[in-house]
Amino acid sequence: MAVGKEVKTKIASISSTQKITSAMEMVAASKMRKAQDQMSLGKPYSRHIRKVVGHIAKASSEYKHHYLTSREVNRVGYILISTDRGLCGGLNINLFKSALKEIKSFSDQDIEADICVIGNKGAAFFSSVGGNVVAAVKDIGEQPAIEDLIGGIKVMLKAYDDNEIDQLFLVSNEFVNTMTQSPRVEQLLPLEPSDEEGLSYHWDYIYEPDAKDLLDGLLKRYIESQVYQAVVENKACEQAARMIAMKNATDNAGELIDELQLLYNKARQAAITQELSEIVGGASAV
Amino acid sequence: MAVVSCEIVSANESIFTGSVKMLVVTGSAGELGIMPGHAALLSDLKPGPVRIVKEDDSEEVYYLSGGYVEVQPNSIAVLADTAIRADSIDEASAAEAVKDAESAVGNKGGDIEYSKAASMLAEATAQLRTVRALKKKLGK
Repeated sequence: MAVGKEVKTKIASISSTQKITSAMEMVAASKMRKAQDQMSLGKPYSRHIRKVVGHIAKASSEYKHHYLTSREVNRVGYILISTDRGLCGGLNINLFKSALKEIKSFSDQDIEADICVIGNKGAAFFSSVGGNVVAAVKDIGEQPAIEDLIGGIKVMLKAYDDNEIDQLFLVSNEFVNTMTQSPRVEQLLPLEPSDEEGLSYHWDYIYEPDAKDLLDGLLKRYIESQVYQAVVENKACEQAARMIAMKNATDNAGELIDELQLLYNKARQAAITQELSEIVGGASAV
Repeated sequence: MAVVSCEIVSANESIFTGSVKMLVVTGSAGELGIMPGHAALLSDLKPGPVRIVKEDDSEEVYYLSGGYVEVQPNSIAVLADTAIRADSIDEASAAEAVKDAESAVGNKGGDIEYSKAASMLAEATAQLRTVRALKKKLGK
């Protein structure tokens, strides 16, 4: 039974693929939980530093930091966060699409964009599509550390300091829930003053050592913490997207196996019927 | 006695939350003792211990490798760094990121190694100070 054997091999190969995808699904599910934990651990810091920076923007200081004042836009910068690995559905592609749309809307106004990519997939994408990639951070791993990101961020901040770029955006995925992740573009620089409950009276901090050095450092930390938090969030998005993608793959493999099994049974039935009718035909001929 | 709410957080964890009578941190301009009703203050921190006197007069000591402290009349926030920071190290990783973008591999210079060692030494000394502070506290 030649037909039967072919189908049998195909079923075996698909079911071994199914085993792999279902294992990946389970691994992604546990990694997602870990990434979500890490995400919630980082929340207090980013919330606090956001509050502090909000206060700074409100304080009636005689010194205005250039991160807090907007200027005419001639060139923009993007920090784009992608994943290290693939097999996570349309997560990266959706993100790149929304980034490209943003970049195009600027290039229509003759404003060029510099890009800093974080994650291997982003680097690979922009090297094939083209784009002015000024910095890349690769291999961020399962547990991203802030140390790994500092380099890339510094390149962009320096460009802002040197007036090479006049606005800085952060492009990353937002973890809505396990099923949904949506691309998000956020303005990092210049900082938009927060609309938190206003301290109406005239006040200012005591700065130690002095306002300039302190704000320089603190605002840098603020940007870094925002990027770090986004990287951690993107990690959770990656695992969630991978889990869903692998679940779909497992389901599809199951369907395929069912269909092939049906085909195999039919072929076997047909072969038996044919053999029987041959025997009957032969007997009646004699 | 009056208390003030205090939070110590770092980028990957929340270290302490609660009301305190006093907070002692190592600012870049020297040690700072902060008590309830302190004027609004913003200071950066050197690597060193942070001492908290809680409501029930019990003390706790943490070690921080740097960061910032923000004091508002009714709250204190300590934003702790997790990474060892020095300008030259930052510079080096920035250079690395640019290199990565050019997909080239290069060696780091000896300068960076030196400054990294220096900042690690400063950190080790500070950790030692924290250990001493803890020992003193336990000894009494």
